[in-house]
Amino acid sequence: MAITFEVNGSTKTVDVDPGTPLLWVLRDTLNMTGTKYGCGIAQCGACTVHVNGDAQRSCSIPVSLVAGKKITTIEGISKDRSHPVQQAWILEQAPQCGYCQSGQIMTAVAFLKQNPKPTAADVDAAMSHNICRCGTAQRIRKAILRASLEMQGHSAQRGAL
Amino acid sequence: MTDTNDRWQFSRRGLLKSAVGTGAVLVIGFDVFRIAKGQAAAPVSPFRSWIRIDEGGVTLLSGRSEMGQGISSSLPMVLADELGIDWKDVRVEKAPNDPALFGDQGTGGSGSVAGSWMGLRQAGAAARTMLVATAAQEWNVAPESCTVKNGVVSHGNEHLKFSELVEGASKLPLPDFSKLKLKRPEDFKIIGKVVQRKDIPSKIDGSAIFGIDVRPPGMLYAMVERCPVFGGKVKNFDATTAKSMRGVHEVFEIAAVPGVHSWGGIAVVADSTWIAMQARKKLRIDWDLGPHANESSELLRTEFRRVVDSRLKTIIDTGNADTAIDAAPKDKRVDADYELPFQAHATMEPMNCTVKVDGDHAEVWVPAQGPEWVLTTVAEVTGLKPNAIKVNTTLLGGGFGRRYQADFAAEAGQVAKRVPGRPVQLIWSREDDMTHDYYRPASYHRLSGAVDAKGNILAWRHRSTSTPIAEWWSPKAPPESSELGCSTQMPYLAKSYKLEYLPTASGVPRAWWRSVEASSIGFVMESYVDELAHAAGKDPLEFRISKLDGRLVKNPIDKSSVPLNTARLRGVLQLAADKSGWNSALPQGHGRGIAAHYSFNSYVSNVAEVSVIENKLKVNRIVSAVDIGTPVSPDGIRAQVESAIIYGLTAALKSQITIKNGRAVQSNFDRFSTLAMNETPLIEVYIVPSTLPPTGIGEPGLPPTAPAVTNAIFAATGKRIRRLPMVESDWA
Repeated sequence: MAITFEVNGSTKTVDVDPGTPLLWVLRDTLNMTGTKYGCGIAQCGACTVHVNGDAQRSCSIPVSLVAGKKITTIEGISKDRSHPVQQAWILEQAPQCGYCQSGQIMTAVAFLKQNPKPTAADVDAAMSHNICRCGTAQRIRKAILRASLEMQGHSAQRGAL
Repeated sequence: MTDTNDRWQFSRRGLLKSAVGTGAVLVIGFDVFRIAKGQAAAPVSPFRSWIRIDEGGVTLLSGRSEMGQGISSSLPMVLADELGIDWKDVRVEKAPNDPALFGDQGTGGSGSVAGSWMGLRQAGAAARTMLVATAAQEWNVAPESCTVKNGVVSHGNEHLKFSELVEGASKLPLPDFSKLKLKRPEDFKIIGKVVQRKDIPSKIDGSAIFGIDVRPPGMLYAMVERCPVFGGKVKNFDATTAKSMRGVHEVFEIAAVPGVHSWGGIAVVADSTWIAMQARKKLRIDWDLGPHANESSELLRTEFRRVVDSRLKTIIDTGNADTAIDAAPKDKRVDADYELPFQAHATMEPMNCTVKVDGDHAEVWVPAQGPEWVLTTVAEVTGLKPNAIKVNTTLLGGGFGRRYQADFAAEAGQVAKRVPGRPVQLIWSREDDMTHDYYRPASYHRLSGAVDAKGNILAWRHRSTSTPIAEWWSPKAPPESSELGCSTQMPYLAKSYKLEYLPTASGVPRAWWRSVEASSIGFVMESYVDELAHAAGKDPLEFRISKLDGRLVKNPIDKSSVPLNTARLRGVLQLAADKSGWNSALPQGHGRGIAAHYSFNSYVSNVAEVSVIENKLKVNRIVSAVDIGTPVSPDGIRAQVESAIIYGLTAALKSQITIKNGRAVQSNFDRFSTLAMNETPLIEVYIVPSTLPPTGIGEPGLPPTAPAVTNAIFAATGKRIRRLPMVESDWA
């Protein structure tokens, strides 16, 4: 069945079983591998993308449900790693193995849109359903607080947060 | 010309030829003990690493896998510093897995920096010497009068860039290896400084390629249904429905490969991962459940207790421990049993391996810690010659020891052989990954000992049993060889010390999990010394310090082990204590605990601060002090310690693998829970300044984590936790 939706601004039409999770359409049909498979049951957050601007677990959304919708993936949040969240991730040297980081970043970007001036506790609550086995939570927390400051027009030295 | 020679020529051309500028290139192959240049290097290879300098810049071709530990930055840091170039001007490439050119590529045991340090420095110094000699010749001055900075050789007002000197340098002989002049530590410009990791940009925009992300043209996807019971086999199967599904190409049985302990099962090859996942659900398989179908964690626990009560093998006995324990007054004697469960690695990227078999050769893309083993395994299962197989190591989405295995290669090789001409990506589901791991062994430890009125340790007896790794992977070695860790190098002064062990039989697969046996032994030793301190009525820090008198402790079982330096252990204890404010008061319901452990030749002490308020446990802060010799990449070290602490906290507070009916109970992150951000303590890492050769840090932060927390809970509540992972009833 042909299903049409938009990914990072381009229109895509795929012919797959309508029950196929968006994750596997992105990865296997469209070869957009930045979005990761981690658990398949919406527990780890590695597959997080934006559907019409909201963070969603792509492993648990049948592609039929995104027909006509706008999807943003990690590949689409900036052309040149310039998004303040990406920049903050670099400054805090957040990733280790990096596998979960696409999902972490997509969760953080959507969260900061909803809550541009979060406290550390807000960040903890928002990010506590994304799993990182390398244990980068402390650096991610700092990176999100930093990105929030940047997006408000302030900047902070590394180590200041 | 034979196939082998073709390949050799190809590899050598790739390595020795520059594609830029005049084509001049200086290539050096090296390891710690030898070094060779250019064409002359090829016949005497393999080497562990190569440097290539051409007009385009400096590249380190390194065999070490990047699994998040930052090795693709810490190794070029050493090279760039010794060579005299700026951090931004060194590139790093993962070496191709070509055994003719590259030696051991295994990545693990916290050994990459320690094992590469001297080789990198010698090779960097050799290249710098040749580049300087070329400039000196050009200017007709003495090489000693030239200086090197940021890839430029200078003499007075004369300057030449490395790129301008490569051609001349490539024609010089290598300098005398024994006379190489290495930089003095005080002249280091990159080593010991904070730099930005080279792998991070690709990890924030989705462009990093992990094994699961490779997409060679025409690729198919495969999954394997394995027997849920460890050691079970396919009796027969019906794949009619699965085969009839749209997008399913092939369904067939693959064999277990005993050498790598892979399980065998029914493989489904399909157009996408999702189709393969759906098709395997339609398989009807009749399993022979094998000899372990009744195994359970409960039965294993009973067996552990029976074994630990039986006559064990004496490993170390300094004399009189039994007598001293029996004679001790009740209030000065401490008996404690400690228990640790199986643990899964649960790397975020599930196991996978992509293989294309094409005629008489094959190509492999794999996130592996041991690419050579992948290569020989694919050769074994495909029947192809090892030199006809090219292995590309991708980025690893976590390793923690799991990716040292080659079971996924045994499966992927067999699958690809059935679909010749097309690459096939074998993917494990999360459930596959968690229920068919090689787990951290479960273990049981019975400690007895006594202190006297002055706080001396009169006796320390450690009787233990476990499901040993050695029995699984090196059955000819004594089972205890993989299980005892630092208990064979007892750091604390004790009048008598006795160590005893026997294995317990189990069908559960096990292997190396982050910090291996130290993850269990560290918990036991550092809990028990804390218990002895309290029995002696001493402060746990002071008690430990008083037992570390600066002596070196050799390993009587393994003479190749590096002696434990009790002064360095004391040093990290003191530093962690000082930075944590050990003696400062804490609010009601809060407690502080300390632990220190020696593993992988490194010394780490952690202080945990916890609170137990209205029965709610929170780990608020962990202060860590590490002594790992020369700190090469301080921010990388901090990241690794943070990482090991979180991994250790998850195992102490949240996760375990239990066994029921011969299978793993936990199959996904819903039941194998991990530490979330709102449970993540503030972690501070302090590094002891040192000019000793560097030792590893990927693992040593883990062992002192759990005991620091349980010791802190004891300080806060008076409740002693001896079984991990802890549960609410332990502290509430």
